[in-house]
This record gives sequence, C-alpha cells and structure tokens, in this order.
Amino acid sequence: MIKSLAKIKNLSIGYPNKKGELVYVLKNVSFQIKPGETLGIVGESGCGKSTLGQALMGFLRTGSKIIGGSVNFADKDMFSLSIHQLESIRGKKIALIPQNAGKALTPTMRVGKQIIEAIRLNADLPGDTAEKQLVKLLAQVRLPEPEVMAERYPHELSGGQQQRVVVAMAIASKPDLLVLDEPTTGLDVTTQAHILKLLRDIVSELGTAMMYISHDMGVIARVCDRVALMYAGEIVEDTSAVELFKSPAHPYARGLLESIPRLTLAGIPNSMPGQPPIPGTIPGCSFSPRCSCATEICFKKSPEIEIIPQTFHLVRCHHWQRVLAKDFSLELIKVFKTIEHRIHDDPAIELSQVEISYHHPGFLDRIRHTPEPPATVSDLTLTIRRGETLALVGESGSGKSTIVKTISGLLPAKSGIIQLEACDLKIRIDERSMELCRQVQIIFQNPDASLNPRHMVAEILDQPLKLYFPKMTHKERRIRQIELLERVRLDGRYRLRYPGQMSGGEKQRVAIARAFAADPDVVLCDEVTSALDVSVQAAVLDLLSDLQKEHNTTYIYIAHDLSVVRAIADRVAVLYQGRLCEVGTVEEIYSPPYHPYTETLMGAVLVPDPNFEPRLLASDTPELSPPAQGCCFQRRCPRCIPDRCVTETPPWQFPLSSDGYKIRCHIPINELMVETQVV
Amino acid sequence: MITLIARRFALALVTIFIISFIVFFGVEALPGDAATAYLGQFATPESLNALREKFGLNAPPLVRYVNWLGDLVKGDLGDSLSRKESVAELIGNRFRNTVVLSIAAALFAVPIAILLGVIAGLTRDKWPDIIISLVAIIGMTLPGFVNATVLVYFFAIKLNWFPAVTLIASDAPVSKLLPNIVLPIITLTFIMVAHILRLVRTNMIDVMMSEYVQMARLKGVSAIRIVFSHALPSAMLPTINIVALTIGWLVGGVAIVEAVFNYPGIGTLMLRAISDKDFPLIQAIAIILSSIFIGINLVADLLTLMLNPRLRTARGH
Amino acid sequence: MPVATTSTEQPELFKRRSPIAETWENLRRSWSGMLGITLIVIHLIIALTSPFLIPQDPLEMNSKISNQAPSYEHLLGTDKLGRDVFSRSMVGGRVTIVVTILATMIAVSWGGLAGILFGFLGGRADEVFMRIVDAFLSIPWLLILLLIVSIMGTEMWVQILTFGFTYGVSTIRIARAATLDHVTSDFILAARARGEHKKTIVLKELLPIVLDVILVDGAMNWSWMLLGFTSLSFLGFGVAPPTPDWGSMIAKSRETLAIQPWTVFGPVIMLSTLIIGINLFADAFAKALGLDRSQGAPV
Repeated sequence: MIKSLAKIKNLSIGYPNKKGELVYVLKNVSFQIKPGETLGIVGESGCGKSTLGQALMGFLRTGSKIIGGSVNFADKDMFSLSIHQLESIRGKKIALIPQNAGKALTPTMRVGKQIIEAIRLNADLPGDTAEKQLVKLLAQVRLPEPEVMAERYPHELSGGQQQRVVVAMAIASKPDLLVLDEPTTGLDVTTQAHILKLLRDIVSELGTAMMYISHDMGVIARVCDRVALMYAGEIVEDTSAVELFKSPAHPYARGLLESIPRLTLAGIPNSMPGQPPIPGTIPGCSFSPRCSCATEICFKKSPEIEIIPQTFHLVRCHHWQRVLAKDFSLELIKVFKTIEHRIHDDPAIELSQVEISYHHPGFLDRIRHTPEPPATVSDLTLTIRRGETLALVGESGSGKSTIVKTISGLLPAKSGIIQLEACDLKIRIDERSMELCRQVQIIFQNPDASLNPRHMVAEILDQPLKLYFPKMTHKERRIRQIELLERVRLDGRYRLRYPGQMSGGEKQRVAIARAFAADPDVVLCDEVTSALDVSVQAAVLDLLSDLQKEHNTTYIYIAHDLSVVRAIADRVAVLYQGRLCEVGTVEEIYSPPYHPYTETLMGAVLVPDPNFEPRLLASDTPELSPPAQGCCFQRRCPRCIPDRCVTETPPWQFPLSSDGYKIRCHIPINELMVETQVV
Repeated sequence: MITLIARRFALALVTIFIISFIVFFGVEALPGDAATAYLGQFATPESLNALREKFGLNAPPLVRYVNWLGDLVKGDLGDSLSRKESVAELIGNRFRNTVVLSIAAALFAVPIAILLGVIAGLTRDKWPDIIISLVAIIGMTLPGFVNATVLVYFFAIKLNWFPAVTLIASDAPVSKLLPNIVLPIITLTFIMVAHILRLVRTNMIDVMMSEYVQMARLKGVSAIRIVFSHALPSAMLPTINIVALTIGWLVGGVAIVEAVFNYPGIGTLMLRAISDKDFPLIQAIAIILSSIFIGINLVADLLTLMLNPRLRTARGH
Repeated sequence: MPVATTSTEQPELFKRRSPIAETWENLRRSWSGMLGITLIVIHLIIALTSPFLIPQDPLEMNSKISNQAPSYEHLLGTDKLGRDVFSRSMVGGRVTIVVTILATMIAVSWGGLAGILFGFLGGRADEVFMRIVDAFLSIPWLLILLLIVSIMGTEMWVQILTFGFTYGVSTIRIARAATLDHVTSDFILAARARGEHKKTIVLKELLPIVLDVILVDGAMNWSWMLLGFTSLSFLGFGVAPPTPDWGSMIAKSRETLAIQPWTVFGPVIMLSTLIIGINLFADAFAKALGLDRSQGAPV
C-alpha cells in the first residue's frame, strides 16, 4: 500500500455572510493524492474547487475558516504549522501554478529574477550556478532564447509564455506536488494543447504529483489519472479518469458529460435544468432537485460516499447501481438532437472583398509616406443565407470580433461591400436608419459586462422596445417584456431583478431576450456561451436554436470552441489573422481535405476521452500581425512551401467543384486529403 | 522613447501658453480696467489717463497680450503698478524665501509620509494604522490656517519656542530667517504628510492584496522580501504623481500659511498684490506659480515613464 | 420541469433590494460613516435653528466684559469686543454652510455633466477641452478665488457662483475618468450597436453608473470648499462684517490667542467637526458604494 502524499479528510470550510450566518464553501471533502499521481478536481463555478486548491497549500481567503476536518501533506497538518514552517513547504514541496499567469507575476521585476528567487529559496546557490539553473529551467519549459527571455518583464510576454514562466518557477525546486488552478483559462486552443503537453512531459520526467483543478472535461481527460467530481462543495464521484468518462456512476456526472458538445456528434447536447445550489442549503442530496432519478430518500437523506465493490470507484449516491446499469455510451448518442430549421436560398448578408483596418494614418505618416501595415481583416468574401447559422472560427487575432463589430456598424470598413438584403451595411451605426439598426442585433460574450448593472431587467428590455417600436404604450411594453422573458424560459418576475441578483446563465438569457425584443433578421453572437458553465451552455444553445426555428433568424456565431460550432452551425468560415482559410458546411469542414490551419485547430481540440491524444501540428508562438504578402499562415504552417507560400497569395480551391466549399491553399486538394504527420 | 518625452514637453509648453491666455484675459474680463481698479476711489480722469499712458493700457487687449507675452519670453516681467520697482525685483527675494520654505517642507514631508504610509498600509486596521490614519485625517481636514494657528498656540504662545510672527524684511539673509521658518515648515510638513500618507497607504493596501503578492507568498518568499522586492516598487510608482500633486498644491496653499506667520514670501506678496489690485504683479505671479506647478508635474510624468517597466518598454521592444 | 429558482449567489439577494437600499444597509454598518452623518446633521440643524436657540445676541458688543474666560452666562467666554463667543460660534457657520452647499450643487452638476459629455464624445473636442481644464487647474486656486472675489465683491451670489465654477473644474476630471472607465464596456457598446441616440446613452446608461463617483466627489468637494471659503474668510475676503463667520472670527481673534484661546478654538472646533464629519461620511459612502478611493488630490 503506497503511502499517500496528500490526504484531505472531512474538510469543511465556510465563512460568515453579512448577516452573520455561516455559508459553506466545502463540506466534508475527503480524498488522497499518491506520489506521482495526477488527480483532477472537476466542477462548475461555485463548487468550491479553487478553495480546495488553496487549502492544500495551507491558505485560506480572509474571512474563511475551517469548520472541520484536516489537510495533511507529507504527514503534516497544514493548518497547524507556523507561518515559518509553511514558508518552508510552500514553493519547495508544494508549488502552485495559478490561473492567471499575467497577474501572478510581479510587474516591476524581470522574469528571470523572479525565477531565480524561486531557485534560491530552495537552495542558497551562488550567482553563477543559479544562472545556469535558470537557463536549464527555461529550456525545460520550452521557452526559446532563454537569455533574452530572462531579461524581459512580464507584460512583454504572451499568455502562453507567461504560463511557461510560472511553470518554470513552480518546478524550480522539484516539488513533490503541483497544484494547478485552471492554468489554461484564457489561452488559445493551440497554446492550451502545448501547455498541457508540457505539463505531462514534466510530470513524467520529474515524477511529480499533480492536483489539476478545472471545469473543462476535455482538459481533465487529457491530463489526469484520477478524477474527483465536485458539486455544491462536496465530492460526488472519485475514480480513475478512464472509468469516469466511460461509465460514470453519479447522475450529475452523467448529466455533465451529456451536456458537453462533441466534435464527433452533430447536434445540441442535453441540458440539465436548474443551477448548482449554495453548499449546505439543500436538505438531503444536493443534486436531488435537478436529478431525474431522485426518489423520496434522496430528498430527505444526504448520501454517504460508497465504494463500488472490487474497484477504487467512489460515489455519493443512493442509486448508483441503477445509474451504472444503464450503458453510458448508448445514452450519450441518444442525447444529441438537431433542431431542424429552414434555410432559404436568398442571401441575408453578403460581404464582398471587405477590408477592415484599425490603423489611421496620422499627419506625420502621411507626410513621410510610411507604408501602411497590413489590414486587420482583408479580402473577406462571404454569403450568409437567410435562416442559416454561419460560424466564424479562429483564435485570438483572427479578426472575428472585428468583423462582427463592422457588420453591426461600430467599426467602419475600409473598403468592400457589405449588404443586408440589398441595403448597404457599410455605413456606420450613427448614420443607419432605425429600421436597419433594428434588423441587426448583437449579443456579447460576457453577460456581466453587457447588462447595465444599474438597470432592472424591465428597463433593459424596455430600451429596444422604446427605440424600435415607439408607438407601443407603456402597458403594451410591459406585456411584451413578460412575453420575452418567458420565451427565454425565465419567469416574468425577473423583470424586477437587477443583474447583480442573477446567475451567469440567467443574465445571458436576458441579453438574448433583449436582442430578440427588436425582432431582428440577423443576430450576431459573439462567443455567447464561452463565459458560461458547461451545464448552462447546452441550455443556451438549445434556446438559441429554438428561437431561430421560430423567427427564421440568421445567426453569425463567433466561437473558438470547435465542439460548440459542431453543435449549432450550418456553415463554417475558418479565419486566421483576419483572412479566410476555409469555408464550407459543417460536414465539409469537419472532414478532410483540411486547410493546414483547420487541421491544426482540429488537432488541438481536447475531447472528454482519456484515450484521445491531440496532434500538435504547429508551434504556439503568437503572431502580432498578418504578413505583408503571401499566405497568412506561412510562419506557422507545418506544410509551408518555402518560396511560394511566402510570396504568392494562395488561390481558392473548390474540392466539390461548387462555390459553397472552398479552401485557400497552394497545396493541391488531393495532397490535403492526406493527414499531416506530426513532427 | 525620445518622442514620448518630447511630446510631454511640448504639451507642457502648450499648457503654459493656455494659462497665459487665461490669466491675461481672465483679468481683462473682470469689470473695470487695471487703472480704475488700482486707483479705486482716487481715480480722476487725469490720473486714470496718466496711469494708462504710462503702462500702455490704451492699446487693444490683443496687442497688449502679445506684448506682454513677448516680454515674458524675454524675461521681462513688467513693472508693478504700485511700487516703483520692476516686478522681477519685487519677486526676487520673496521667491527665494518661499522656495527655501517649500523645499525644506518637502524634504521632510516626503520621506516621513512614505514611511508612515507604508507602515499604515502594512498594519491595516491595527494600532499603528489607526493612530497614523487619525493623525492624517486631522491634517487633511483642517484648513491650513487652523493647523498653523493651533501650532502657534502651542509652540509660540504656550511654550515660547518659536516666534509667532515673522518680523524681518524680505531681503534678509537666509540665516536670519531660520528661527522664523520652523513653525511654517512644521505646518506645511504636517499638511503635506497627511495628504501623501493617505494615498501611499491606499496604494500599499492595494498592492499587498494583488495576485502577484499572493503568488509570492505561495511561492514561500519571506514576508520582508515580499514587502521590499515585490510590493514597494509597484506601490511607489503612483506615489510619484501624488507627491507632485501635493507639492503643486503647496504652490498655491503656501500663501495662507505665510499669511498666518507673516512670512516674507511670494504668498504674502500675492495677497498684497491682490488687495492692491496691482495687475501686472498679479499676472506675473500667476504665470510663475503655474509654470512651477506644470514643471513639477512634467518631472513627475517623466520619472514615472522612466521607472514604470510597462511604459518604458511599450514602444521599445 | 419548472425552472429552478436557486442560484449560486446568496439567497438573500432574492428580496427586491434596489441598489439604493443596499448602499444604505452598507453605510449603516460602518460606525465611522454613521458618526460622519451624525456630525453633518447636527451642524445642519445648528445652522437652521441657532438664531432662535442661542443664549446671547451674537452682535451685542459690551466693552466692559471683553476677553472674559468661560462662565455660565458666556459658555465660551467673550471676545475682545465683549461679544459672546459661544453664540457667535453657533451662528458663524450659517453663511459658510449655505454658500458651500449651494456652490457644491452647482459644481457637481456642471462638472459632472461636462466630464461625462467630453469623456463620452472623445476626439478632438475632448483633447482641446482637457488641455484647457489642465491649464485651469494649474493656476493656484487661491489666486483665482481671491482675484474674482476681490474684484467682483463678496456678495453671496458672487461667492456661490465663483466657488461653484472653480471647484466644478476638478469634478470634470473625476467624472471624465469614471466615464472613460466605462465607455468601452459591453453594455455601452450594446447601446451603441442598437442605434441609441447619444443623448440617451449619456443620460440613461452612463449617468447612473458614474453617479456614484460624482456623488462621493461631491461630498469631498463640499469639504474642500469649506476649507477654501473659510480660508478666504480668514484673509478678509469672505463674509462682510459684522456677520459672524468662522474664518473671520479666527483671523480677528488671533491677537488675543494668548489671553482668551476660546475665541479661536470655538470656531475651530465647529469647523473641524463639520469637515471631519464630511470626510468620514465620504469615505464610508465610497466603501458602501463599492468604490475604490484612490483619488483625492487636494485642490
């Protein structure tokens, strides 16, 4: 029996709220981490996973306190140690890799100095040796040009580079345990894939144990040996990764896995009704209000952790036998559904040779005739038919937000034609007629930021009604507001709520209601599900599809998540650095031939399957601006032809000899059918 | 980088130019002209004309403005209406006296304020912070003349350590000024410390709660090292601006403290000029004091630019 | 299945609590804030009622009892003209308070609106305007105030307008900074994308958000104005005699500081308690609104 490295036993943490009542964050949490093992802690927002990570380091947020239980690391109780003893463990035996690397690095200190600080804390080394160690560490985290990198300040590095620096700091002392709190949030898909590979390599090189906290099932599947699923402050299932993804025993685990969009399954996944509660407020099982197989006992008695015989599989449910009896893989396939909606032939929006640039030549530039930098978006030609959903896919810098801002009139286009059913859309929002404004609506990514915190929902919904339908009376508007709320599956009483009193999912629904209040023809969705919890995403996608079917709306949907795109898009346009790479229907894009960039994106996607290994085709060095000539992907493309791709703009190729499906590449189609080999 | 500095310089000059405009035409806009204002009750048509002729007040305002500006650039500050001397001579010694007072006060105030502010920030809501913050509140909320008067009461009247009022002429050598200078310096220092310290405290608290300080703690860095290497550099950057602003305030508020102690500085001169309605003198003092304020802010801006890594390397790499 | 109404936020938020009620709740919990409010209210009550409640006539001179120490009849003694210090201190704030409150309202209104407008419009107009504002703020405030008052006279309306205008300029910077913080927010973008008129955006979207900052600044402005007004008064440019006024009382009684300190300390205590009260309130108010108070440059 191998001794465990870290052991958490019946840990409960809480804090007093403004009224003085006790609010639980963690309730009776128990688990172990063995040396060299990677444990994943999965859960949605509010389940307490971040608090757990901090607790393992002996750290509590101000105001929180331990209500019960213990946190043991290497046989020491973390919360009974003095600050001096804690300092000797932290950073040396347990190291933290935080969520936001940019904010975690001291802005006034050079990066190298911060890493050397970590090195020196472990062993007092003379200057020279420390420097050599530094270079070795930077190489270990695959940062190029270590000497140059060490002299940089944190803000000069990209997100991926900052994260690598933080990893270097963490492994400087060869710790026994790494605690990672969502370290890849905010990173691009390809960057994320590279960082995860780096972590896996380091862990196997150094034999370090890892506690990986995340909400992303795909990431967890990739990295972890064991997984503990959290819900409302409790652990509800604890088993090997393979077992959890193949055949979960807890209804919440099943519900969660069923609500994740998948790359290989078309259609919208199932959504669980309701939201996670505050820990400790539900009598009986915390999940019972949302559980489809809940019975009497579930509402009355809180289930204990049970071990499934002859396994290491732990589950907290009264009815796990019944759950396990159903075959999960069959269930999964049944759950996805496609909502049929009509797509008309006539175009809703047409873009032709559109060019958008943020650069405004100043007075001096004009005198000196400085050459203009390449436009942010260039040569954009797309036709979007009425009633269809077109997805714009790309990573940061791809120009997708820029395009949407231009279509909505917030940003002027430099040249080209943009039309909405033969009306000119190139004019700025200030100059558009009210009718034109009404026809194009936009929903933003972050519901916290897109609703005015000082307005009640009634006010928020009232504004588009007053603006576009000035003849409506006050009473008519009130009725319409209630209608709109019910249409987005919110109770009419939400009218009197403030955004601060609603959850993320509810706020996003209000934003959707606001967009549809205008009865628009086109709705621009800017990453509308990216900021939401997994279980809520599916519900929102379902709602959007429903509304589209009813109103015949055209969607332009921006996403970076290829699985989400698979769920709701009809057609897809892949963008890189503001230029189109590939356009086609969902089936066409998701099967070969691929544009090299599309292939890179696909290869980097993580799926909730531990056996799946992503293919890293291109490096993750960020690009600051598009190249002046040639193919936009030339600098990172694994199949770049040295002369041609750099100097000549690649031609459009049509694999199916029809206009709809096109790839922009120098490489002939038949060669693109063959999978690129990973270098 | 050079372009940034050059831009700031240019901006400062433009601002001074605008100030000169405001000062000159602001005074113009007030009812009556310089001559009537100055002569007041004693204005007869002849004396008014004589004064106007002497000082060229009959020319149209724009012409006078350009002339005045031209003179300024050449270094000629004009002649005072009331005294027979030129403005420059009048200001000269008093300017020196005020500078001595201000610099002495600043030299004491800044280090004390930073030290106390950092301590208060680090010991938030505990005894050292409570005491320091209370003192700061008193210094910030009471008017300068109240502080001065209270100090006079205790140190001059009750304890008789320092004179309550300065009785020497403005052109006395600095050494004679010294005993008179102590109470004004203490007053000014107290006020400045109170203002700067509050903001240093806030900065310190913000920085100590930042994610990177938390990260350093979780890295196992010792508390002392965290304060000196991680927290202080970030907290000090905005402090430069605060110090500049407070010194700038000093430029304006020193007049009141000077008035309380009858200190022969530029502040008391300004008060006299206003009660005499000596416009050329007023305008000259206004321009000088404003330019000093702008100069100080410019230096603070440039210092921040050089010391903040984010700004330094923004264009660079 | 009915929509579950639980949420990850605190259940108490489900009561229909408007932001105003919530702010008041937060304020009530801060002892310093409540102390501040109490002091302010006391002063306002004194200002309103003192003429009817004071024991002696503040203007009555009696050279026979000049410079007396505190006694039962004259709670703080008498000044060099034999007037009752206590009564004069009670009444001495009336003009000051009226002028500064009205001036603060003017300053906050015009400064706030101008700041929001230019922050929102941006562009050339904003750049030029801010240069002028910067220039104005560089001129010593005392100079400006004294200059205007000495020429235009010391009537109340002159003072109200002068102070209102001058102190409003500093509000412009604060309001503009707060506006700029929010002008790039998604909800403003959403309003623009809807095609809302600029006026609607400024008044309905920006103003409610920026109002917090402006109100806190308004409180601080009032306290700075008190400093400024009493300073002017001290220098002889405030209220015309014989109306008792804190500033001029302090100025005139300095000569007798050694013999009868209460002639000075009476008004000093009155003035200080009001200003400290306002500062305590402003700090607590800012915290109750959830604002970060790192501004606060003295004018």
